[in-house]
Amino acid sequence: MNELRTAPVSRRNTELWLLILAMVVAVGAGYLAGLSNPEGLSPEFAKQGAVLCALALGMHIVLRIWAKYADPIILPCVVALNGIGVAMIHRLDITTGDTAATRQLLWTGVAMAAAMAVIWAIRDHRMLRRATYIFLMISGVLMVLPLIPGLGVEINGARIWVRLAGMSFQPGELAKITLSIFFAGYLSSNRDLILLAGRKIGPLQLPRVRDMAPMILAWGLSIGILILQRDLGSAILFFGLFMAMIYVATARISWIVIGLGLVAVGGLLAAQFMGHVERRINAWIHAFDPEVINAQYGSHQIVQGMFGLANGGLFGTGFGNGRPDLVPYANSDMIVTALGEELGLIGVIAVVLLYVLLVSRGIRAALGTRDAFGKLLASGLSFTIGLQCFVVIGGVTRLIPLTGLTTPFVAAGGSSLLANWIIIALLLLVSNNARKPVPSADLANEVVLKKEANA
Amino acid sequence: MNQAIRNVWIAVIVFFVAIMGSLSYIQFFAADELNANPLNKRQLFRDFDLARGAILVDGNPIAESVQTDGQFEYQRIYNNPELYSHLTGFYSLAHGSTHLESYLNDWLTGRGDSQFFNRMMNIVSGANNEGSSVELTIDGELQREIYNLLPDGVQISAIVTDVKTGDIKAMVSKPSYDTNELAVHSTSEATANMDALLERAGLSPYVNPAIGHLSAPGSTFKILDVVAALESGEYDLETEIDNPQSVTLPGTSTPLTNFDQGICTQQEKAKLSFIIAQSCNTPFVEISQKVGAEALEDVAARFGFGERVEIPQRSAASVFPSDLDPAALAQSSIGERDVKATALQMNMVAMGIANDGVIMKPNLVEEIIAPDLKVLERPEPEEFSTATSKEVADQVAELMREPLKGGTAAAAQVPGLEIAAKTGTATLGDTGLVNSWITGFAPVDDPQYAVTIVAEKIDYETGHTLTSPNMKKILEAVFNK
Repeated sequence: MNELRTAPVSRRNTELWLLILAMVVAVGAGYLAGLSNPEGLSPEFAKQGAVLCALALGMHIVLRIWAKYADPIILPCVVALNGIGVAMIHRLDITTGDTAATRQLLWTGVAMAAAMAVIWAIRDHRMLRRATYIFLMISGVLMVLPLIPGLGVEINGARIWVRLAGMSFQPGELAKITLSIFFAGYLSSNRDLILLAGRKIGPLQLPRVRDMAPMILAWGLSIGILILQRDLGSAILFFGLFMAMIYVATARISWIVIGLGLVAVGGLLAAQFMGHVERRINAWIHAFDPEVINAQYGSHQIVQGMFGLANGGLFGTGFGNGRPDLVPYANSDMIVTALGEELGLIGVIAVVLLYVLLVSRGIRAALGTRDAFGKLLASGLSFTIGLQCFVVIGGVTRLIPLTGLTTPFVAAGGSSLLANWIIIALLLLVSNNARKPVPSADLANEVVLKKEANA
Repeated sequence: MNQAIRNVWIAVIVFFVAIMGSLSYIQFFAADELNANPLNKRQLFRDFDLARGAILVDGNPIAESVQTDGQFEYQRIYNNPELYSHLTGFYSLAHGSTHLESYLNDWLTGRGDSQFFNRMMNIVSGANNEGSSVELTIDGELQREIYNLLPDGVQISAIVTDVKTGDIKAMVSKPSYDTNELAVHSTSEATANMDALLERAGLSPYVNPAIGHLSAPGSTFKILDVVAALESGEYDLETEIDNPQSVTLPGTSTPLTNFDQGICTQQEKAKLSFIIAQSCNTPFVEISQKVGAEALEDVAARFGFGERVEIPQRSAASVFPSDLDPAALAQSSIGERDVKATALQMNMVAMGIANDGVIMKPNLVEEIIAPDLKVLERPEPEEFSTATSKEVADQVAELMREPLKGGTAAAAQVPGLEIAAKTGTATLGDTGLVNSWITGFAPVDDPQYAVTIVAEKIDYETGHTLTSPNMKKILEAVFNK
């Protein structure tokens, strides 16, 4: 592990400036969205702006106290994305008469509070490694919850929701964090073993069959999600997460080859024998066939989304001047089309670039941190955000079949917001660890951790 | 490990480049194509916020867009909708647009080619595009008179055209409906109204019966037989043709008879003038076999069968089947069996005979007027086809006087006006119902207007009273007699 030791500078002031910029973007978007109200500037605007700014500054202060050396770019990126999301959801509310933006704002509060709590409680991400198998158990519980009769509910054909006290929640969103922690813990402990054993065939270093077990397990898990919960998006996400992490752990292309082979087998089987997967693929290939458009779970939303994007063109219609409300799920799964329509290609590319920046900073934290667990965790979580963007935006632009996943931070949905903010908290912690000066006590601690792992 | 992390980063960047590529493709390269996709309602929504041009008759709007406070800037309003519903069609958020509203859309929305410059200027100045108005060839007074004299409760269409220009002066069909019901912006309301309209017998807001209903033309088709007979050289006005009460169709045991209460029985052998006057059937078995299927098919095609006429909305294509066996040919020659024609088609037959064998293209558009009142386009009369020679046309015109002289169209006589016409009655299988037709023109010496009436799916007695007597009234209105 080569490490580039930069002089330990906090860079919180840089973050503050960038955060102000992000707040200007978020509040500006909220203002323009509020203007689309036919009765004049929406009264919600001031509330939203104030809450967002207060939360962002709160988070900034938390970082100043408990994660002083955290990456200064991550938080502003996320605040901007979250603000643009709330603005667009509010703009759609004005047309449809919904109150989704208020719920989104509430969930933003909950999610950011949770993120702050995570930073305060954990301080050092390496703590998590001690509970590797506990996180595996939690993951199992979270993923089984929606299948429990009476607790789990089916929405739009996917059984991934839990309803408690009138609130719906997707435990799978949190499972992607707990699974990442488990994978990172497991792989950082066993990577040497996995690396050294195995046969070499041609350029490929093949793993031993018994070391393949976790991968088969992850594959089976994804297939299980696909069959039992009918959620293609999460299945892709979990498997992609695992593949990225095992690749980072071993740097062996063979894992990717084996993984893609398994995806091909699973995908073919699913396309053959699972109605909803087949319908998704059919809606993707024959999107503009009127019969497919009008079919249940057909391509109506893809086609409407594409019409919306085309309507936006290069410069967009501006907030309130397009018709993003014509697209089903415009404020959740399809929010990218709403952004594309009203902000134009330029606006939506700017949003995508915020994700690029965010993911790149996450990867940077993975490079910079000293421990294998942190590297695995940060790269896995960053990859998840990128993969999720790809699956969603690729889906709505007909690059790949559309699957039900949310655009991180932007789409309406409490579980997704909560999970993604916790991911941000973890990335900030890893980056803090990567950049903070190494006092001797901490070095000693590292030795202890290593001993534990080897024991 | 770090190299692997860098590779993961590269993979994620590849993902992001791919989605930026697909976004760029949709929003930039394929945007025009997607915006023009017929499944795309956004253009329609945008159009509802624009000042759409009016459709005018005699300078008065029969369809216009007026500003409203509702969901969109403008509301489409139809004046005297029942008179014009089958011409204008509707402009509906929920159901799209039909007829002229659809076929003239580029003009009405200001997207026509001649409006390109205005559009560019509007982009520079920031002004909204405005649509052009379209003045129709319809004579509003005549349209109203015909609408009033046609009875309610039957399926009936009437057409009046100028034989020298092809201008459609009146085109009325009943049952009609109020197009405003479908122009409401509320989708649920429009859908409920549409459902109610579709339940009404004989009505479809999607079809203009005068150009869209294909029905058996019956004996009016004999005009085409006579054209073929005279062109063949086998027959002239003096030829005596066998006219038995009944003949057996060739190759079958099915009889084909003359109308048994008619006057046809009076002459065992008859000239074409008598045959046309009384609309005898049996002579056409011989005539059709002699001139042959190919010649008849050819004549029908020259008169417009098989073609969709654009007035500018497109008519249905009338049908004269090919590869007929002798029995089918004989039945087809009297406009039964599989022969099908629109009212416009049989009007064009009369137009061709009237205009020395040349059919002028039927047309509804007088001129297109820009918002600044500049005339953008004024369609010139166009020849549709040369259907037959002047000589044959003149002879057929003479023959078509006969039904008015004590023949089947005697009730259409107008004192002081020389009229040529041919009636038709097509029996519709075993239903006991008929299509009752008349098509003709006046004055015979200097033909000006062709008139066609068809009452569909009606009992014989009623049908009879709706064709010739209404022809008379329409011609009286046209010539102010």
